[in-house]
Amino acid sequence: MSDIPKADELFKSIDYNPPATGWMETPVDFSPGNWCYPAKPEKMEYMESKLPGLWGPVREWNPGEEDWKLPANWKEIVVNGFKERLGKFRSLKVFMDICVRCGACADKCHFFIGSGDPKNMPVLRAELMRSVYRGEFTVAGKILSKLTGSRVMEEDVLKEWFIYFYQCTQCRRCSLYCPYGIDTAEMTMMARELMHLVGLNTNWIMEPVSNCNITGNHLGIQPHAFADIVEFMVDDIEEVTGRRVKAPLNEKGHEILFITPSGDVFADPGIYTFMGYLLLFDYLDLDYTMSTYASEGGNFGSFTNNETMKKLNAKMYAEANRLGCKWILGGECGHMWRVVHQYMDTMNADIQGSQMATPKSPITGTVFDTAAATKMLHITEFTADLIKNNKLKLDPSRNDHLKVTFHDSCNPARGMGLLDEPRYVIKNVCNNFYEMPPATIREQTFCCAGGSGLNTDEIMEIRLRGGLPRGNALRHVQEKHGVNTMACICAIDRATLIPLADYWAPGVTITGTHELVANALVLEEGEERKMDMRQEYLPGFEDEEDDWTPPNMEDA
Amino acid sequence: MNALYSLLFVFLLVLIPLFGVDAAHLRTFFGVCIPTTAFIIFIVGFAYKVITWGRSAVPFRIPTTGGQFKSFDPEMFPQNKLDCPQTGAQTFFRMVLEVFAFRSLFRNTAVSLHEGKDHPVVAYKSSKWLWLFAITFHYSFFIVALRHLRLFLEPIPFFVHGLEFVDGLLQIGAPTMYLTDVGLVVGVLLLFGRRMINSRVNYISYASDFFPLFLILAVALSGIYMRYYDKVDIIAIKELTMGLVTFHYHVPEAISVSFFVHVFLVSCLMAYFPFSKLMHFPGVFLSPTRNLPNDSRAKHHVNPWNDPNIKPHAYADYEKHFGVPMAEAGLPLDNPENGKAPEEEA
Ligand code: SF4
Ligand code: SF4
Repeated sequence: MSDIPKADELFKSIDYNPPATGWMETPVDFSPGNWCYPAKPEKMEYMESKLPGLWGPVREWNPGEEDWKLPANWKEIVVNGFKERLGKFRSLKVFMDICVRCGACADKCHFFIGSGDPKNMPVLRAELMRSVYRGEFTVAGKILSKLTGSRVMEEDVLKEWFIYFYQCTQCRRCSLYCPYGIDTAEMTMMARELMHLVGLNTNWIMEPVSNCNITGNHLGIQPHAFADIVEFMVDDIEEVTGRRVKAPLNEKGHEILFITPSGDVFADPGIYTFMGYLLLFDYLDLDYTMSTYASEGGNFGSFTNNETMKKLNAKMYAEANRLGCKWILGGECGHMWRVVHQYMDTMNADIQGSQMATPKSPITGTVFDTAAATKMLHITEFTADLIKNNKLKLDPSRNDHLKVTFHDSCNPARGMGLLDEPRYVIKNVCNNFYEMPPATIREQTFCCAGGSGLNTDEIMEIRLRGGLPRGNALRHVQEKHGVNTMACICAIDRATLIPLADYWAPGVTITGTHELVANALVLEEGEERKMDMRQEYLPGFEDEEDDWTPPNMEDA
Repeated sequence: MNALYSLLFVFLLVLIPLFGVDAAHLRTFFGVCIPTTAFIIFIVGFAYKVITWGRSAVPFRIPTTGGQFKSFDPEMFPQNKLDCPQTGAQTFFRMVLEVFAFRSLFRNTAVSLHEGKDHPVVAYKSSKWLWLFAITFHYSFFIVALRHLRLFLEPIPFFVHGLEFVDGLLQIGAPTMYLTDVGLVVGVLLLFGRRMINSRVNYISYASDFFPLFLILAVALSGIYMRYYDKVDIIAIKELTMGLVTFHYHVPEAISVSFFVHVFLVSCLMAYFPFSKLMHFPGVFLSPTRNLPNDSRAKHHVNPWNDPNIKPHAYADYEKHFGVPMAEAGLPLDNPENGKAPEEEA
């Protein structure tokens, strides 16, 4: 990170005036830092063996070099693939034809706001593809070429796609403002499908994809290691609360299967959120199990192509069937929820077992008809219902050292409409809650700039630039209200918002929503909590560090 | 440059009927053949395009949601029925507002960067200019087009009279000036000005973005010239237009050349329409991010090309692969054989 400019320098470098050269004539910068590394050949070999024909030739290649070692007939593959998808997706077909280039979307993309690069204006990002559509598939485009902004598919065009369609986090903010709802995220997805066909990919996506398939989670944690990690967390929970919670894994005959992104199992601060889930479920004595086989909610397949998205998603139902679970409870995750909400039932309903039923909270009896088809419930819906029905004893003052704001993750916000439940949960477990400015939250929320497989350090400067709008809004409430914590409901956020906050709003920590729930949860009458889930002493207990005993030992 | 090309091209289009009509036998050509052909191109092209869109599948429900969805407790978490519709009726109203009030555009904001006291500030302010320009332009165009119905229908429907009355309410000049005539010209000029002045919009503008603006401007100006300055013979024109719709083609002598210029430009617009971005008009109705209810978690939908052969990585294979360490970690196994280390098997 040493060569990354300081925040104010970076800020000064942003210029919203486009260059003098037309966009088709403006060359693309291929220096390192502008692209993610391509996938390791063994990962691609594995995926080719599982879903053949989608990945192009397996090879070593480097985006910084001239020769990308494309297959000889690459152009044919891309053009035919394009044609096929125009028939398979009306969204693509319509969006290719109806953009009027009004520019309403132009300054809505966080990557444009932070970089000023005109090709990061959603309209122009989509034009990278539309120009080819017009040049290859329309009569007017073939005859009039330049006048209609058309061009034919060439290697430079494909290379430009690789840069800019991996500089879109599929956050759909642009779509909200477009008068026709043109969704550049949808086009990014298609462009990525096409690039995969000729073997243009990134390791940061393909390694998780192949890991998810083999081990069940994107980090490649094997089942015994997974069990170990969960055990560690159970120990930590005991350390904090004195309670030894159950953490059932791969057990048959439970009502609920719980699936969360594996980022919550592995990385700080997601693990505290995971501990929050475990504590909550134990408190409720919930009849549930987790699974090592279906140990990933995040769907990295959705960053590649439909087939892979479907295959990875399918294991959720497969595992619910094997374990005999009635419905699935899903943890805090962004892309997982876009896939669950918009795609899961359509793709995989046929493998849903007959034992599955519309989610019904065993604690409150609430039936969640909103999830009648997928049989999958979002944890904040579940918890909001518990709180509403007074099933949780909460002491929000345990979070008094935190001044909290909430970051709406793009996918639940603009792909689902899940806005109020997490806020309700947070407000019930924290006394100090402050919203960021209205133009930066709810459906207008800004991306963490690391979604859709871009959360790698290889492109850190791009991420930090894209993080400007979010970081700036955060800085605003930090100054105005002393906000020191940003809660979110997405595992990618929990990883990517940390460097973003360090850079744009230093001093703010990132947390999951259920970490805050766990802090506030009163397990038994008179329970005193001296530290939070991070094992940091709560104000007033700092001096007890030396001779601390778990509260349940004190009772004895 | 792109703007200039488009402007020149529209000039050329104006010249064609100006010179063409003078040769007497071309009056039928410009009065009947061209408009009829253009109309056919318009209808066929329009239908063809919409049908091709319609033939593409809508595999998934992908509405862009702009507010709270229908929750398990609609009272505690009230649904934003218009921006996050769950039923057909709600979706219908979302579309109505989109089509008639340009709702998404109304939301528009403009971003700007400022040097704050000790750190940068990104500011957003509501920006309704584009919405205003667009709505002025589209409504004017729409009403002007509706007013023209009186040339094609006999008797003239009451609403056309009504429109004319309201449109001419200010009673300026003779014949009375229509507000929408002004609105149309002003709207086009504003949209054009925006395209020239806003450097980002200018950067993304092609000739195909300027051309329709100039063409529509030329149509409007020629119409205005015809009505207010040339004072063409309306009776004769109605004779011609009624002839067109009843297939009794007749071009009265009294019609002056300015009418042919106007008709020729309109014909160009009709013929150009299906091949251009003007297709955003039918397209807005077909946009899957707007015209679908957000109910895919509650209701089953079918993807016509869903591939049932794509199966998850089988659990049995997973257990075979990891059985030994799983057994050691005390994880339950479906098949205890998988938990035995290879050497124990012997
Ligand atoms: S807002 Fe929509 S129509 Fe306007 S330029 Fe962007 S994508 Fe095109
Ligand atoms: S989807 Fe998000 S990242 Fe992609 S172009 Fe639109 S605003 Fe930018």
